[in-house]
Amino acid sequence: MPEATLVEAINLALARAMEDDPDVVVLGEDVGVNGGVFRATAGLQKRFGPERVLDTPLAELLISGLCVGMAAQGLKPVGEIQFMGFIYPCLDQLVNHASRLRNRTQGRLTCPMVLRTPHGAGIRAPEHHSESTEAMLAHIPGLRVVMPSSPERAYGLLLAAISDADPVVFLEPTRLYRAAKGEVEDNGEPLPLDRAFVLRQGRDLTLVSWGAMVKEAMAAADALSADGIAAEVIDLATLKPYDERTILNSVAKTGRCVIVHEAARTGGFGAEIAATIAERGLSSLLAPVIRVTGYDTVIPMARLEQYYMPSVERIVTAARKTCQFS
Amino acid sequence: MASRRINQDLPVIARFEVCHRSYLAPDGSIQRPLPAFASDAKLLTALYRAMVFLRLFDRKAVALQRTGRLGTYAVSLGQEAVSVGIASAMREEDVLLPSYRDNGALIWRGVRPEEILLFWGGDERGNQFSGPAHDFPFCVPVGSQAPHAAGVAYALKLRKQARVAVCLFGDGATSKGDVYEAMNFAGVHKLPLVFVVANNQWAISVPLRLQTACETLAQKAIAAGFTGERVDGSDVVAMHAAAEAAIAAARDGKGPHLIEAVTYRLGDHTTSDDASRYRSADDVQAHWKEEPIARLRNYLVAQKMWSKVDEEQLAAECHERVDAAADVYLATAPRRPETMFDHLYADLPEAYAAQRRELAGEHDA
Repeated sequence: MPEATLVEAINLALARAMEDDPDVVVLGEDVGVNGGVFRATAGLQKRFGPERVLDTPLAELLISGLCVGMAAQGLKPVGEIQFMGFIYPCLDQLVNHASRLRNRTQGRLTCPMVLRTPHGAGIRAPEHHSESTEAMLAHIPGLRVVMPSSPERAYGLLLAAISDADPVVFLEPTRLYRAAKGEVEDNGEPLPLDRAFVLRQGRDLTLVSWGAMVKEAMAAADALSADGIAAEVIDLATLKPYDERTILNSVAKTGRCVIVHEAARTGGFGAEIAATIAERGLSSLLAPVIRVTGYDTVIPMARLEQYYMPSVERIVTAARKTCQFS
Repeated sequence: MASRRINQDLPVIARFEVCHRSYLAPDGSIQRPLPAFASDAKLLTALYRAMVFLRLFDRKAVALQRTGRLGTYAVSLGQEAVSVGIASAMREEDVLLPSYRDNGALIWRGVRPEEILLFWGGDERGNQFSGPAHDFPFCVPVGSQAPHAAGVAYALKLRKQARVAVCLFGDGATSKGDVYEAMNFAGVHKLPLVFVVANNQWAISVPLRLQTACETLAQKAIAAGFTGERVDGSDVVAMHAAAEAAIAAARDGKGPHLIEAVTYRLGDHTTSDDASRYRSADDVQAHWKEEPIARLRNYLVAQKMWSKVDEEQLAAECHERVDAAADVYLATAPRRPETMFDHLYADLPEAYAAQRRELAGEHDA
């Protein structure tokens, strides 16, 4: 099986979707000739033409609004927002239109669109390029929010997002674009959008994470195994709607849970998971659920960003603490 | 209108023009040679009937609201010629993207009056209407439908369909980036898209002079690289003519166009508003002299296309239709509460299916 980086897997999925379905249209800033600032759309314009791979004016609200209009006409637009820090002008379109067009018209008009954007810090990028505000999006009824953490899952989840009948925000971990490599078979097979992935089995502790932080969670699990602690690692992958069952089943087995996310703690998606465990899995808990997250600060610029992002050490410390609780 | 030049010594490299279109004077007399369709009694009386119906329908809706049987409602009083003039120039297969004050356009395109009441009565089923299935519903966040119109028009062009998107909004919307971003994109791609600004002078309480320093709103098209014109928005002949020309050109691949329909909102912004707080009765009274229905009636009567008997018959018909619509609306029972989940996603995810069962009073095992 050929090896691909995460961004190459995105590119493969886009090409596959465009090949299989003439209604798929890619649009965004610099996605055409330039192939996107991360090259996620490299080669697509040459292959599918400038009408289907479209360089838009520099206007993010427009990109999201165009997607709504195109989708209502039966196209399957895949919009790219260059960095998550620029997605905020799209919120009006996502909240007021994309997520509720189906409901507002009782199914007469629908919105099968995907809005892709790089997510997270750790690439020493300029200000406003390192956001991880996924919880904001996961709060919007009618939307799906997906975040892969490996090339294989990026490929399958993006195909599923594009063929889904409803709007999907697809968050791509910037830090893993090139750092994550893996075998990807370009077979057009989607992965389910309602399932978390158990990446590592373990009996002592459940580590839940998503996006780039899955890498740190896996490294922490390695470190913990040296201490004889067997951590189960779950990649949430889809935040909305999220797979409660897989998490509750795992916690029922381990009795301990550490949730790891890069986003600021207050109101972060970890709170949602912790609340679900408290509501429906309390009797199986042997220790309090712990969150290891970014701090409740503005995400710092490059010089301090490594202190903001949860480290393997912080995860290991939290995991030991929860294992020692009695 | 003022011509501004920053320095007389520098050469002029571009000039732009904005034209004004009007045919009927406020008293219904003919100001300028009329377009050919103005002798088509069938079309002109249809426009007249639609405007009269809209006004009576609005009156009924307000009465329902005042008696607690309808939610907040936006009347078209004074600007009936805008939505009727525009919609009457569209084809069924064209796509309408209305604001929240375009009842006249929706009704012309086949939406049933009771469906409009259902929407303003707080029931989403009002948007599952009998008009063209591809038309957009009312848009409440001002101007946010303009990017949709650009997306729709792009799709029509991509598929090489001879169809046109028509997007309506008010003067306030022209201050929003949404509208400019959509116009800019439409210009770049020469999209089959007609933008219509119903410039009724007021964005709730904010007058046009606080909305923009531009002499016209039509000129905003120039910045986006296409043509704009100002139209007497209380002259339905001018509105229909402008829309017909713009839609035909767009269908013909000539790109977008902006119609600024200058009119006046004679009523409150909505039933939740009291316009006497911010404008004088004299000002409003002066604009009653320009309103579109009396204007067209005077013309029709002068052309012997309309009689007193016709007027009486029309009034009776409209009252009957309006009352019938209100009866259907009032007799429509609310949906079952759990149906609020039914069009959230194509297939309701299990996580939310449990909430639906809870609302339905079903208990999970």
